[in-house]
Amino acid sequence: MSAVRVLVGTRKGAFILTSNEQRKKWEVSGPHFAGWEIYHVNGSPADPDRLYASQSNGWFGQLIQRSNDGGKTWEAVDNKFAYEGNPGTHQTFDGTQQPWAFKRVWNLTPSLTDSDTVFAGVEDAAMFRTTDGGKSWQELPGLRSAKGHLWQPGAGGMCLHTILLDPSNPDRIFIAISAAGAFRTDDGGKTWLPINQGLKSNFELPDPEAEVGHCVHNIAMHPSRPGVLFMQKHWDVLRSDNAGDLWHEVSGNLPTDFGFPIAVHAHEPETIYVVPIKSDSEHFVPDGKLRVYRSRSGGDEWQALTNGLPQSDCYVNVLRTAMAVDKLDSCGIYFGTTGGQVYASADSGDSWAPIVRDLPAVLSVEVQTLS
Amino acid sequence: MIRVVLPFHLQQLANTGREVELQVDGLATQRSILDALEARYPVLRGTVRDQTTQDRRAFIRFFACGEDLSHESPDAALPESIANGKERFMIVGAMAGG
Repeated sequence: MSAVRVLVGTRKGAFILTSNEQRKKWEVSGPHFAGWEIYHVNGSPADPDRLYASQSNGWFGQLIQRSNDGGKTWEAVDNKFAYEGNPGTHQTFDGTQQPWAFKRVWNLTPSLTDSDTVFAGVEDAAMFRTTDGGKSWQELPGLRSAKGHLWQPGAGGMCLHTILLDPSNPDRIFIAISAAGAFRTDDGGKTWLPINQGLKSNFELPDPEAEVGHCVHNIAMHPSRPGVLFMQKHWDVLRSDNAGDLWHEVSGNLPTDFGFPIAVHAHEPETIYVVPIKSDSEHFVPDGKLRVYRSRSGGDEWQALTNGLPQSDCYVNVLRTAMAVDKLDSCGIYFGTTGGQVYASADSGDSWAPIVRDLPAVLSVEVQTLS
Repeated sequence: MIRVVLPFHLQQLANTGREVELQVDGLATQRSILDALEARYPVLRGTVRDQTTQDRRAFIRFFACGEDLSHESPDAALPESIANGKERFMIVGAMAGG
């Protein structure tokens, strides 16, 4: 009997939602770390009961929590994220250079093969790694050499928010930073390459096709085809068929191509999902309708999925890390909103129902498929 | 013994009550109190002061004897009434947000 465990990070704590493969009845556990911002909770593919959570708030800073029993109990591990050497400066809003300073952890991505190895994406943008289950963290400083002095914060901060591990090549990792762009390493994190060719930021950058500086909101891949990437940029949905060397737009008939998350179906590598948001000035769904858009052709042709989702007077947002898929035979899609709802579909998006409706604003959603 | 009052979230993290008593050898200063606090409760490292710079976190305040001592030097001697436990050294989360 399979089961799913949905790991939800919110503005005021973490919640764990569990169900069997029917995904009709749910148990809700939480809030864990009540009152704290939980930017991300994620599980180890190598040991699903090993979870990691990023716990922070504006008063008391950053903690990292680890669970060895699927979230029943937690222990704090090391929370010292010290940049290697002198990290130098980066651009900021007023045109001055500001020193790099650690603020919080946005993303925790465990290794595909070792539950003690975890990558952490942080603000100010950098990548850290632990190989001892969180007892210590070390920066991968080569990333900042990829024109880090030209990166600058987006409205949410200069954050490394997305980490994709290539299952076919342990030395290849893709990451995304707002507002710097997407980057790739092919040597396990020693050196990094900007992979932003084809991106056009006509109203965000003085040079719309700059090598770095783009506000990439999220990238996704299907594990069977790690050379094919999908991107939700500030504006524009794009894809790359050559591991990010070149991107082209696939926004097609979307009502707006602004948005935050993007996800790939677990069993159909050309089926992708986005949640269009009205604009960068109005961060809510257009027309008061919460619609997930699905493309079964890898982009360009999109279909609105509305069955079970509110279609009037809805003005929520879905943040970049707040959509995920399970791996059950009938693929489940999950997303959380800034209004505190977590919606689930057990049929690839054809129909939806809320698991919970009244959580704090949802920051992140991850899903574990348990056997 | 020096008496230190913790804000709610730090009590939760340290799994302790509102007030903790600490043995501080030598001069009682903000730094020596926080060193003793973090030695007793390692989970609090980084929550009151930055782990790298050792600077007080921006929204943390230190109150004692009816005074805001937040902007005093971390190495300045604290009043004798704190050192001898008559007064409490309060770590406070500043009013911020709504």
